Amino acid sequence: MRSQRFFNLLTLLILVVLTAGFLIYTKVAASAYIQRVVVGLAISIILVVSLNLINGMTGVFSLGQIGFMAIGAYTAAILTLPLSMKEVNLPDLPSWLAQVELSFLPATLIAGLLAVIVAFLVGLSLMRLSGPYVSVATLGFLVIVQVILVNWDKMTRGSRTFSGVPPFTTLWWAWGWTILTIYIGWRIARSMYGRRMIAVRDNQIAAKSLGINVMRSRLLAYCLSAFFTGVAGSLWAHFIMSFSPKSFYFVETFSVITMLVIGGMGSVSGSILGAVLITVLSEILRNAERGIAIGPIDIPPVYGASQILMSIIFILVIVFRPKGLLGGREIDFNRFWSWLLPKRGEKAIVPGKEVS
Amino acid sequence: MTQLQYLAQQGINAISIGSLYALMAIGLAMVFGILRLINFAHGDLIMVGSYGALLLLVLGTPFWVAALGGIVASTIAGLLMERVAYRPIRGAPDVSMLLTSFAVTILLENVAILVFSPTPRAFPTPSSLNSTFRFGQLQISRIDVVAILVAVILLVLLTLFVTRTKLGISMRAASEDLLAAHLMGINVNRVIATAFAIGSIMAGVVGLLWSARVGKVDPLMGFYPVLKAFVASVIGGLGSLAGAVLGGFLLGFLEILLQGLLPSSLAPFRDAFVFVALIILLLFRPNGIMGSAEREKI
Repeated sequence: MRSQRFFNLLTLLILVVLTAGFLIYTKVAASAYIQRVVVGLAISIILVVSLNLINGMTGVFSLGQIGFMAIGAYTAAILTLPLSMKEVNLPDLPSWLAQVELSFLPATLIAGLLAVIVAFLVGLSLMRLSGPYVSVATLGFLVIVQVILVNWDKMTRGSRTFSGVPPFTTLWWAWGWTILTIYIGWRIARSMYGRRMIAVRDNQIAAKSLGINVMRSRLLAYCLSAFFTGVAGSLWAHFIMSFSPKSFYFVETFSVITMLVIGGMGSVSGSILGAVLITVLSEILRNAERGIAIGPIDIPPVYGASQILMSIIFILVIVFRPKGLLGGREIDFNRFWSWLLPKRGEKAIVPGKEVS
Repeated sequence: MTQLQYLAQQGINAISIGSLYALMAIGLAMVFGILRLINFAHGDLIMVGSYGALLLLVLGTPFWVAALGGIVASTIAGLLMERVAYRPIRGAPDVSMLLTSFAVTILLENVAILVFSPTPRAFPTPSSLNSTFRFGQLQISRIDVVAILVAVILLVLLTLFVTRTKLGISMRAASEDLLAAHLMGINVNRVIATAFAIGSIMAGVVGLLWSARVGKVDPLMGFYPVLKAFVASVIGGLGSLAGAVLGGFLLGFLEILLQGLLPSSLAPFRDAFVFVALIILLLFRPNGIMGSAEREKI
């Protein structure tokens, strides 16, 4: 075995340098449009990596995680909304909330924690179900959140747009949280907790017989996932600045699930890959939707075409690569190194006459 | 209006809504029973049926021709859906199938938005359906009566089909155990296509009744009702036909009950309560009311 530790550190170093370089380049040299795309990408990565925690790791296929994003977004936005704005936009807030104006970090943390509390409470019941039942029930959770948001006028302005949220989400905030999420997601997958989750996913009966508490493993994954999804909601709220309950419904759910499935469920690097690919692709498609000219041919604007194309790609991936591009495995940098560097005992290839 | 009349009125309302849910839930249950596929895109068959009928109505055909045309349209769409999207992934894990149906939904809805524009269009319900019957103080809209009658007829036909015909019995065998049915020489492809066809016919009928009731048609019209029909079929026990019917009617009653009982400040939250009820029921009967517990194989 090559000195594994050294190569792990080297890999990490290279990744850190590449990411930092990419971010600094984006900040300094890229256009405002690209900067926004990169922030959006960060939020998508958080959403997908945390969706992977529950859907990929434990196999409990939740369709309701975007509900936690909504909880995070509304909670944080209510907390950070400037007081003057609160009077105008949310005149009926309860008095203990009406005088609160928090800064970004505490608001985001509270948003995440509230998502965890809700996740714990609904998880106590939802995590008992499995298979298609849990998917339908979690979808039910999404509908419940939606109905509450639309009708709880004094907190959420109902179905009207919630606006005036301060633009706190900078490139650094977004990517800071992203890196934290990736780190936690990565570490969990390799910890005892993660191994338990995978055991529960792959063979529930075997896992039980080894003394693993199925419910506890699932709940842990569900709550952790809810925390980061809530955080992503807060980041998104302070990035997009005005939103309505509709923003957190099926379209968003489908988009995050697409990223996860295309990258490969159960893999952190797959989740990131999926988020990157779909973000880039949907930006290209969105621009194409406005109509492009290829040489003399004018393609007229076709709205909704990107969604259509995206769902076709999604179906093709499921048919031809059902486990996603990475097949549920992680990108293995060790393989890269051992491919790159000479190994002991390797057959030497010497130019010239063949010597046998 | 006396209390009794109010009850009768609401009861008919509940049965009429319930029969629509039951018809949708049957379509879902039939496909789920055989393939273990939750077909989200079932709602879009409703949409296709309604637009098909609307198109013919706009062209000036009589209502019954348009209705027939709508049902044919949704049936063809259902068969196409099975052939193009679901057959290639038959046997894939449950989650892959679920996701495919999610993708098919998004695809169809966006195509519909592209073709028909997202704005709702008025559905010219014939006046013969729009009027009401009067029994003294009691007012019953004709569409409710028609919905209940149509549902009863379809349910009787379906029962005859699955108990008396060879194809229907094969279908039940397939939903018991697909592999065993295949080994017994049952043409599985035909059975599955038939299940989709029957589900789509019912979706087409629901589409007509639904749009006649609401008076408009839009590309997303099917999604929400079918989501509730899921609740109905899960309440009854996914995959069980009798359960789907029972669940549909229970859901109809639950909705009307909530509408009547909830204080006005909570009334808008009705749908949230419906889903809460679903989650609570699943806790106590994880396989629904009629569903048999699946034994886990080691």
